[in-house]
Amino acid sequence: MSEHPTQAESTTTTPDDARRHLVVVGGGMVAQRLVEALRDRDGAGTWRISVFAEEPRPPYDRVALTSYFSGRDAEDLALGDPALWEDPLVTLHRGVAVTGLDREARTVTTSTGRAGADRTIPYDELVLATGSGAFVPPIPGTDLPGVFVYRTVDDVAALRGWVEEQGRRWNRPVRGAVIGGGLLGLEAAGAMQALGAQSTVVQFGTHLMSAQVDLGGGEALRRLINQLGVAVRVSTATTRLRPNRRGTVGGLEFADGGRLDVDVVVVATGITPRDELARTSGLAVGARGGVVVDESCRTADPHVWAVGEVACIGGSCIGLVAPGYAMAEVVADRLLGGQAVFPGADTATKLKLAGVDVASFGDAFAQTPGALELVHSDPVAGVYTKLVLSDDARTLLGGVLVGDASAYATLRPMLGRELSGDPSAYLLPEGVSGLSRGDGDLPDDATVCSCNNVSAGTVRGAVTEHGCTDVASAKVCTRAGTSCGSCLPLVKKLVGAELAKAGLDVSTALCEHFALSRRQLFDAVRITGLRTFSDVLGRHGHDQAPVGSRGCDICKPVVASILSSLDDGHVLDGERATLQDTNDHVMANLQKDGTYSVVPRMPGGEVTPEGLIAVGQVAKDFDLYTKITGGQRVDMFGARLEQLPLIWRRLVDAGFESGHAYGKSLRTVKSCVGSTWCRFGVQDSTSLAVALELRYRGLRAPHKFKLGVSGCARECAEARAKDVGIIATDQGWNVYVGGNGGFTPRHAQLLAEDLDTETLVRTVDRFLMYYIRTGDRLQRTAPWIEEVEGGLGGVREVIMEDSLGIAAELDAAMAAHVDRYEDEWRATLDDPEKLQRFASFVNAPTEPDPSLAYVTERGQRRPATAEERAAGLAVASSPTPADEPMLVAGPTLEVRA
Amino acid sequence: MSIEADPVTAQDASGPVSPWIAVCQLQDLVPERGAAALVRGEQVALFRLVDDTVRAVQHQDPFTGAHVLARGIVGTRGTTPTVASPLHKQVFDLRTGGCLDPADGPTLRTWDVRVEEGVVLVSAAPESGGPS
Repeated sequence: MSEHPTQAESTTTTPDDARRHLVVVGGGMVAQRLVEALRDRDGAGTWRISVFAEEPRPPYDRVALTSYFSGRDAEDLALGDPALWEDPLVTLHRGVAVTGLDREARTVTTSTGRAGADRTIPYDELVLATGSGAFVPPIPGTDLPGVFVYRTVDDVAALRGWVEEQGRRWNRPVRGAVIGGGLLGLEAAGAMQALGAQSTVVQFGTHLMSAQVDLGGGEALRRLINQLGVAVRVSTATTRLRPNRRGTVGGLEFADGGRLDVDVVVVATGITPRDELARTSGLAVGARGGVVVDESCRTADPHVWAVGEVACIGGSCIGLVAPGYAMAEVVADRLLGGQAVFPGADTATKLKLAGVDVASFGDAFAQTPGALELVHSDPVAGVYTKLVLSDDARTLLGGVLVGDASAYATLRPMLGRELSGDPSAYLLPEGVSGLSRGDGDLPDDATVCSCNNVSAGTVRGAVTEHGCTDVASAKVCTRAGTSCGSCLPLVKKLVGAELAKAGLDVSTALCEHFALSRRQLFDAVRITGLRTFSDVLGRHGHDQAPVGSRGCDICKPVVASILSSLDDGHVLDGERATLQDTNDHVMANLQKDGTYSVVPRMPGGEVTPEGLIAVGQVAKDFDLYTKITGGQRVDMFGARLEQLPLIWRRLVDAGFESGHAYGKSLRTVKSCVGSTWCRFGVQDSTSLAVALELRYRGLRAPHKFKLGVSGCARECAEARAKDVGIIATDQGWNVYVGGNGGFTPRHAQLLAEDLDTETLVRTVDRFLMYYIRTGDRLQRTAPWIEEVEGGLGGVREVIMEDSLGIAAELDAAMAAHVDRYEDEWRATLDDPEKLQRFASFVNAPTEPDPSLAYVTERGQRRPATAEERAAGLAVASSPTPADEPMLVAGPTLEVRA
Repeated sequence: MSIEADPVTAQDASGPVSPWIAVCQLQDLVPERGAAALVRGEQVALFRLVDDTVRAVQHQDPFTGAHVLARGIVGTRGTTPTVASPLHKQVFDLRTGGCLDPADGPTLRTWDVRVEEGVVLVSAAPESGGPS
C-alpha cells in the first residue's frame, strides 16, 4: 500500500504554524463526520487535521454496503462533499495504518508502506475512530479460500468475485452459507441471493437478530426469511469448515453431527472494537472491548478521545452509525471549547431486510424492573408485535415489530410517554381490534418523521397555520414523510384530525347534488328502498342544492350502479336510462370517433370454432376492426350507434350475449387451460372460470373488476393481477384479492388457502358483495381493501368469520343477482321502445354519421387522422349490409301528418 | 339524404325562406337524454329537459371533433342545465353553449327551439357561438 497525502500537506506542516494539530485515527463514516463538523465550525482555522485511514479510499457509506451488489460501484458509496479532502487544513492519508501511540510524547507512529520506514507524527489532540473489525470465531477452517467476512468494500468485492467464479466453474447454482444470524448476516444472505447463490443462515443462538428482537420476533422473522428462499438453522454451533478437493471451502460441520455442502461462506458473527492502540498505550478498555470514554467522549487521558463503534460509552459499544455521528458532533464542539455531552444512544432501528419489516426500539427486551410485555403473534400472517410497558401498563418503554412495522411511526414518538387509548390497539393490525389507537393525542413535540425531524406540532401547523387541506400539501409544507414514508399513515391521521377540528373535514361528498359518499348513499338507498333517481335525489340529495337540481355526470351513474346492485333492473328501464354513461346506455364501448366497439362474452376465454366463425362473419359483414383483448376475447371496433342492435341480433342468434366490456361490472374471468389439457395443471381452472364468469356476469360495482383462475402455481392466467385471483393447489384453491394492472399495478394478496370449490364461490360472493356495498365511487378493490375497516384482515373477518353478522345478507344479495340476471342485449332487442335509443338521428334513424372517415392499415380500417382527411386519403364508413332487417323504426313525423 | 322533412315550415312561413325546421315530435325525445338530429345537413344535439323545454347545441364535441354530445349525461350546475361530453366529461351550459368545465373551453353553437302542438321546431340557422 502506498501513501496518498493531498497536495496541501506541505503548507500545513510549516514549523511556525500556530495552529494546533488534530490526529484522527480511522477513516470511516464517523471520522468523516468529525472532520466535516470541525471544519464547518472552526472558521478561524485553529485546527489542522490529519486523518489516517487504513483502507485505500476516502470514507464511504458502509451502511449501504449491500447495495454494492445491486450494481453500484464503490464510488457510488462516497460520503459527503469530496471537497472536504481538498481543504488545505485537512490531510487524508489513505492506506496508512497507525501502529503505535506514545501518550507521554503525544505522538503516533504510522506504517507508510515503505519497507521499514516508520514515521512518527506529533499531535495536540488525538481522536480514535478506528471502528470495528469483523469478529471471526476460532473455528477451524475459517482461513480456507472461499471464506469471507462482510465489513468493507474490499470484502464485498472479493465475495462477489468468488461467487461469480464459482458460478462459472459449476454448472449449478452456487451454494452459500452465512455463519451468524444477526443484522449483518441477514444482509449477507440477501446479498448472496442477489448474486444468484443459494444461501443458508447458520445461527448459533436461539433466534435471528437476537441483539434487536426477542425469541418470538426472531421466530416470526425466520418464517418470513424462509419464505424468501433463504434457509435458516438456529441453535446450531459450527464446529469446522471442511475443504473440498481443490482446497477451498467445501462444507460445514455442526455440533449436532449435521453437515452442509457449500461453495462459499460468509462469517458474520459480530464485530469487535478496534481498540489495539488503547490497549498497548495503557488506556482503559471495556469488559467486552472498546475504549472507555466519558459523556464528552474523552478517555482518561485529556488529550485522547474516542468516537463511534470503538468508543465504550456508558459501559458498552454501539454498532450503529447515528450514535457515532452524535459522538463526532460532541468532540467537534469540545475541541472548540464547547461543553456538549453525548445525549445517549437512540438504538431504535426500523429496516427492511429483503422486503421484511423489522423494527425494534427502546427497551425491546423488557429489562426495566417491573416492565410488562404485551405480545401479539400471528404465525399465519407472519406478524409478531410486542410492546414493553411500565409496571402500570401506561408508559411505553419499547417494542419489537416483525412482519408489519406499520405501528412504528406512531409508537416511536411515544417512547417514554403515556400511551393514549388501549395499548392492545397498537398490537393488532389497524382497525381489527375495534380499539382506538388515540394517535390524535400525540404531543406536539413528539417526532413524527425521524428522517426529516418533523414534530407532530409542525404537521398540525401545516393545517392550522399554512392552510394545507390534505396530506399531499402537508408533505410539501413540512417535508414529513418525504424520505422513507414510514410515518405517512400517522401524518394522514394528524392532518385528518386537524381538518376535522377546523370543520374542514375532507369531503367525501359525491358532488354538489349529494353530500353523501357512494357507500353512505348505498346504505341510504338500501334502507329507504327508493328506486328512481328523482326519488333518491329528493330524499337523499344535498339540502343546499337549489330547486330544480337534476344531478350530473358524477352522481347519476353512481345512483344507476346502486340501483342496479339492489334490484338488477335493465339499464334502460324508465328514468334509469337517463342516468347511464353512454357506454352503459348503448351497451358498447365509445371510441374516439364516436363509434363503438362490441365485445361478446366468451366465458373463461372459451369459444367454439362455430362461435369464432360467427363472430368473424359479423365483423366481416359490418367491416369491423377486430382485435383480441387482454381478457381473452374478441373486440370489434367501428360499429355505429344505429348498427348496434343489428350486430347484437346476429351475435345473440349465434348464441352469444353481452360481454359487459362497457360497464363498471365484471369484465372477464381469465383462465389457463388447466388440468383438462395441461400436463402441469392440478385443477380444472377453465371450468371454474366459466362458472364464475356466468355467476358474476352483469354484476354492477363501484368500478370494473376482473377475475383470473390459474390451474397450478405456474400462474399462467396472471390471476394475481386481478381483483380476485384464484390459484389451484393440490388441496383446492387459494384465493387472492386486490390485484390490478393499469395506472397503479398491484399484486393481489392472499385471502384464504386450500378452499374447496363451494367454499371458494361463497368467499368470492361475499368479497364482491361487501366491496359493492362499501366501495367508493371509482374505487377499485386494492384501494378499497386499504381503506375499509381493518384492511385485508378486516375483510377476512367479515367474509370468513362473519364478524359483522352480514354474511347471510351478502349471500342473499348475490343469490338474487344470479337469479335475476338476463342478457341486456337480448332484452333490448325484444323491446321496440328501447330500440328507439339507437337511432343515429331522430329525424333520420338509419343515416350514418356523415363525418366518419377511415383509412386501411394492415388489412383493416381505423379512424383517419386530421392530416389523412385533409390529404383526401380517407373514405366514409361502410354502409350497413343491405339485407339486414329494419330494427329501428323510421322517423315519426310523417306518421303524425 | 332527404332529411329536411319540413312539412310544417309552410304553415309557419311569413316569407320565402322559413326560419324553422320541424325535426320530430316532443314524445320522440326522452327527458334528460339527448338525441341527434340533422338540420339542413348540420348535426344538432337536442335535449328535452324535465320541464319539457328543448335545447339545441352542436352535436360535435369541440375538444375531439367527434359527433357525440347528444350522448352525454344531462344534469345541472346550480340551476344551469348542462351536458357532459361522453368522451372526456367537459361540461357545457345547454342554454348558452358556454363551457363550464374547463371554464376557458370553447363555446358550442346553439339553435333556437320551439315546441308547437307537440312538434319540435329548430331554427334553420344557428343562433350563436363557435365557428360557423
